[in-house]
Amino acid sequence: MYTQSLSIPDGEVKGPRKLENPEYLAEFNAKIDAGDFIEAKDWMPEAYRKTLVRQISQHAHSEIVGMLPEGNWITRAPSLKRKAILLAKVQDEGGHGLYLYAAAETLGVSRDELTEALLSGKAKYSSIFNYPTLNWADIGVIGWLVDGAAIMNQIPLCKCSYGPYARAMIRVCKEESFHQRQGYDLLLQMMKGTEEQREMVQDAVNRWWLPSIMMFGPHDKDSIHTETARWGIKRISNDDLRQKFVDATVKQAEVLGISLPDPLLKWNAERGHYDFSPIDWDEFWNVVGGHGQCNVDRLAARNKAWAEGAWVREAAIVHAEKQAAREKVAA
Amino acid sequence: MERKEWPLWEIFIRSRNGLDHKHCGSVHAPDARMALQVARDVYTRRMEGVSIWAVRASDIVASDPDAKAELFDPAEDKIYRHPTFYQLPEEVNHM
Ligand SMILES: [Fe+2]
Ligand SMILES: [Fe+2]
Repeated sequence: MYTQSLSIPDGEVKGPRKLENPEYLAEFNAKIDAGDFIEAKDWMPEAYRKTLVRQISQHAHSEIVGMLPEGNWITRAPSLKRKAILLAKVQDEGGHGLYLYAAAETLGVSRDELTEALLSGKAKYSSIFNYPTLNWADIGVIGWLVDGAAIMNQIPLCKCSYGPYARAMIRVCKEESFHQRQGYDLLLQMMKGTEEQREMVQDAVNRWWLPSIMMFGPHDKDSIHTETARWGIKRISNDDLRQKFVDATVKQAEVLGISLPDPLLKWNAERGHYDFSPIDWDEFWNVVGGHGQCNVDRLAARNKAWAEGAWVREAAIVHAEKQAAREKVAA
Repeated sequence: MERKEWPLWEIFIRSRNGLDHKHCGSVHAPDARMALQVARDVYTRRMEGVSIWAVRASDIVASDPDAKAELFDPAEDKIYRHPTFYQLPEEVNHM
């Protein structure tokens, strides 16, 4: 997922055709209204391009940082089967990050600029990854709830107006279903275990439930992103997606045999939806603002990985240049 | 940063024999060999392909989107190029 629709100011980005032109704009709006896709080389308003760069790169960063809480458990997975599954899942998230960086780069930003923005803390990523993974059940709950929320958010993006983003999202969505199912499967297995294991599952659900429903971002009334709807980037509102997620999750919790930690959660026949407690947005903004439990660790881990990989990136390019020069001489 | 970014490669994958290679995305890699390696890891984790083409993005020549009208519109008034232009007697119309 992980487009929380946060408005974070970003620097000037370079692009091929920046000229604002009323004729181009009319053509662009007509395409959007007709439900056509905008492709990389097509003219687009600067604000559309900037919004996309921000959203796609936040999304990519989230996939990359999202590898950390789960990667943390690869060496401690309780069986070879679960280790293989978790490795594959985490590798997928890395892949998602790469599909999305590539899509963002079609808008005229470089991969290095995007990476720098993440490493310096200038760019944001989904708040969900600033919570710690305390026990093995957390891995199951992340798959079930966090990837589940991500899927809700991502499916409408497959029809987003920007072609490269939409195509990347189709690829991502195809892979996400495995993520959610393996998580739920892991939890089902634990629920068949000891009393202690069932308690671990309930404890993990208790901790991840609220952060998961916060993943959909602020309420529509507090959301400043009406343009993203106008431009066909965001087609379903935060609150509608959140409601859909809650409605779908209740039954799954029941089958699993755990309770969702919300005393006000109950069916509202009149609305045809489940009601749930008001959300503590102070907690959300606190985590987004860098004061979650793991913000510092996550950024430190990304910076460390980037710094330690520097010699490999340099050596590979020097080697490639040397090889190319040699081939030229030989030819 | 003084370090040079790895060049960009466009990746095309043939999902199975009998089908064309189709563009699926791009990767950064220092050379052709690594581009194929990275493309395999990024785009074919689930048997999505049997063959990969990697082309340096800078080597691709593309038509100008602003020239769309002059390039593609002329075909629009040549409807006689389509089989449906020809109205044949009912008995032989499946031709
Ligand atoms: Fe993902
Ligand atoms: Fe996922």
